[in-house]
Amino acid sequence: MRQHFYKNNMSFADKLSAVDYFLVFLVLALGVISIFSMYSTEGGSFGYYTRSHIYRFTTFFLFFSFFSFLNINLWYKFSYIFYFLILILLLGVHFYGITSSGSKRWISLIVFNLQPSEMMKVGIIIFLAKYYNKIPANDVNKIRFLILPIFILFIPLSLVAAQPDLGTSLLIAMTGISVIFLAGFRLKYFFYLFITLICLAPVAISFLKPYQKSRILTFLNPEKDPLGAGYQIIQSKIAVGSGGIFGKGFLKGSQNYLDYLPEKHTDFIFTLFSEQFGFIGSTILLIIYALIIYRIIRIGMRTKNNFSRLFCFGFATSFFIFVTVNMSMVLGLLPIVGAPLPIMSYGGSSLLSMLSGLGIVMSCKIYEREQIN
Amino acid sequence: MLGDTGNVSNKSDLITRRMFILSAAKITVFFGIIARLFYLQISENIKYRTLSDKNRLREWKVVPQRGLIEDYFGKKIANNSQVFQLHMIPEDVPNLDDLFFRLSRLINFNDADKRNLLKKIKKRRPWEPVIISNNLSWSEFSKLNLFLHEVQGIKPIVSVAREYGTDGASSHIIGYVSDVSVKDLENSPLLRKINMPGLKTGKNGLEKYLNKLIIGRPGYQRFEVNAQGKRVRELQFTEGVIGVNYKTTIDQEIQKYGSELIKGKSASICVMDVYTGDIVSLISSPTFDPNKFVHGISQNDWNELLINEKKPLINKPLAGLYPPGSTIKPIVALSALENDVISPKLVVECRGSIEFYGHTYHCWKEKGHGFMGLRNAIKQSCDIYFYEVARRLGIDRLAITAKNFGLGKKVFDNFDEEKKGIVPSTEWKLKNIGKGWVLGESLISGIGQGYFLSTPIQLCLMTAQLANGGYEIKPRIIDNKYAVQPIIDLWRKEFTIINNNLNIKNSGLKKLFHNKENIKFILDALYGATNEPLGTSYGSRYTSKEYMFAGKTGTSQIRTLTAKERELKLKNKDLPYEKRDHALFTGFAPYKNPRYAISVVVEHGGSGSSGAAPIAKKMLKKVLNRHKLRKRYQLDLFQNA
Repeated sequence: MRQHFYKNNMSFADKLSAVDYFLVFLVLALGVISIFSMYSTEGGSFGYYTRSHIYRFTTFFLFFSFFSFLNINLWYKFSYIFYFLILILLLGVHFYGITSSGSKRWISLIVFNLQPSEMMKVGIIIFLAKYYNKIPANDVNKIRFLILPIFILFIPLSLVAAQPDLGTSLLIAMTGISVIFLAGFRLKYFFYLFITLICLAPVAISFLKPYQKSRILTFLNPEKDPLGAGYQIIQSKIAVGSGGIFGKGFLKGSQNYLDYLPEKHTDFIFTLFSEQFGFIGSTILLIIYALIIYRIIRIGMRTKNNFSRLFCFGFATSFFIFVTVNMSMVLGLLPIVGAPLPIMSYGGSSLLSMLSGLGIVMSCKIYEREQIN
Repeated sequence: MLGDTGNVSNKSDLITRRMFILSAAKITVFFGIIARLFYLQISENIKYRTLSDKNRLREWKVVPQRGLIEDYFGKKIANNSQVFQLHMIPEDVPNLDDLFFRLSRLINFNDADKRNLLKKIKKRRPWEPVIISNNLSWSEFSKLNLFLHEVQGIKPIVSVAREYGTDGASSHIIGYVSDVSVKDLENSPLLRKINMPGLKTGKNGLEKYLNKLIIGRPGYQRFEVNAQGKRVRELQFTEGVIGVNYKTTIDQEIQKYGSELIKGKSASICVMDVYTGDIVSLISSPTFDPNKFVHGISQNDWNELLINEKKPLINKPLAGLYPPGSTIKPIVALSALENDVISPKLVVECRGSIEFYGHTYHCWKEKGHGFMGLRNAIKQSCDIYFYEVARRLGIDRLAITAKNFGLGKKVFDNFDEEKKGIVPSTEWKLKNIGKGWVLGESLISGIGQGYFLSTPIQLCLMTAQLANGGYEIKPRIIDNKYAVQPIIDLWRKEFTIINNNLNIKNSGLKKLFHNKENIKFILDALYGATNEPLGTSYGSRYTSKEYMFAGKTGTSQIRTLTAKERELKLKNKDLPYEKRDHALFTGFAPYKNPRYAISVVVEHGGSGSSGAAPIAKKMLKKVLNRHKLRKRYQLDLFQNA
């Protein structure tokens, strides 16, 4: 009798014991920390943001658990569809999107407004993981096998950049490129790409919107315009710097309740955390993130199939990129580009995207012996 | 080369090797971030701590001025007026208790106020002004100014606040503003963005409906402050935007007149232009003083409004649900004619009661009307005749016509408080009650009882759409000359087609009928009901052509009469208030060239002919008298462009 592709002979107890509980614990710990941070941004009250963050985290954690127990073959089978679904949503944003503060990023899905560009961060990985799983290793470097990935990457990229949301589109680009890199694309080509990008940079700058230019200039010299564009970077640095070794204590951050940071719930949540818990707290948070990434890589190493491996490594890398881009941004190491801190930042779409990605990773773990067919 | 593909045949090894390259990079970056944290938080800690302590930039939001709401003639219904307020900046006050003690001697400031204020201070940032008093009297304000040098940290301010007419004639439709509540914040992303101390938001009525643009946008002031928090120098000032002013189609003069007419009753009046759909008047009684809400209503006033059995807070024209009673008969008749179920010549004998399916159904006239044709049955409102019509028509065909004419759906788009009402049908009953339709229910539906529920504004729209010849109109309450121009163009086109007998089908107006003669017949029957002897509203007629109107009365029972009660022949005035019938009247005027439609509903007001028609009579005269003035403000409908 032919076995159905997503059935296998593991019992539910087997699956339960295959879960990486340490990773689950880390995710939950991060969730709790994020809730407390949200609580502190509202000056210590269960306000709107805190409550809805709790609801969202709870809901999406259930998604995470559900996704974990879906057979990895199922994810494999539907990965292209998954990608195209998100692409359709992105197109939907283009035509029927909701405009807020000048950019059109959201689409109304009745229950809540989704930002498909966030989902694309996972969609691109799962698509490329399947693609590179299928083609033989020797074909990776052939030009005709590169055409599809470039298209697959370029379409959402341009859609997101047109919203306009340069930050997210750059993050998607980095995610896609890192999967291509992991698949074994020749290093020297990356080197050529790098050189080309540097040469093209002046041209690209001429296409930037004035506010984007000012962000880059501000990043290079924030003190030049301390009240205008440099405001956020300076205030963020003051907040983090004044935290010291141990921080000012929970709910005692002074910068936090000044309205210096207009996006304190989202992109600047790390600033507030760091001010309250200082160097020690920030390092612990960083370690939690590092451990999550380590566990994802570990799962990738143990699986028996290349799809899972590529997905886990790809997701670990993009997760890492999101964390470090956000932190570098608020610490004044990168220009402000609008990148949320995974799981910590307020924002349903980002949370949904990260927890779905983790769910698929967990599915790789539970079905690690599975062969892709 | 490390990680280069070379001749690696094992793909998974390749991927893993690449992962190690990336991992090395990741570890480096992580240490980079830790180094940066170390630099900021440990090496440079003292520098940033000083900067933080002396953070010399502070931001204040400035409350925007709300837009005005005017009536059709530019009279301000919701205005802004000067108020005297007292603000306090908590961090500037050396001793709170001392300040409170002084305040209690200068202005009306008691212990409860003190507790509320302390609660507020806790939630706010120490340099943000807290409003101690919203609305000081002039004498308090001048006294404060006199003693200002003795107290620190408070600031008397002349500000603007919402002010409404004290008569309360338009309280329900305009609504009121009040402080932003937690619930408001949850429902409105806009408010979350611009909320600040002292901001008022529309709570209901037009104030809520128009909130998005009428509220304006706050200004920002960025100040440099010294170490004590005192403002030293203004660095940046972004001016706020005053809210948009709105002109409504309402006539405030008629509102006042009408609210006097139904004062003390639990009632509502709607008046509508039958062509443009302009709402001329929308009155709900009893009313309340919206000004009390602006600065927070006192507990006593609030309780008084809540316990009042006539429910002053409900906007009855939009949110009051009543069985339409006999006012629905023109629609029942029209539906039957349009569906060719009956001919106007159908004669039914009314003996005061009739038996169907083992139940006895009564006519309001106990002795019976005798032999009735359709015109007479509408005129004298014979129930027995309409039982028969409804029996032949069936509920589903009636429901289609009723919905076409605007029953069972909201008249306006975004009025939160508006109710939909119910137009029953077999499908509706199955879905909502879970039982099959019973034929007897068709009969009582034919006289607007049973499951039927409608709002006064729906009844007014229904009548308007009959009076204009059976065309669909969209009621408007916000006047905008750009929006009304296309409507007028359509009507002019339609009139040209009718007057010149052109054989063009489509003027763009949606016709709600198949046969024009049916509408004419109904309007003529309604003429009979008001202007011929034995008509139900004959007592309220005008004989002069100028004011002559036509309409249908309705008396809707809110209880089923028991056989015993019927025998006792209880009169309405002998019944307790809450058991008396609702009185309804729907009509239009002038009869010859209809321009306005009206609906009057008096809760527990007895019969339609004695309780509602006389009010409609007076109201219509006032509306027609005001028409000459109103005409001057609008394009002439009947003049060809």
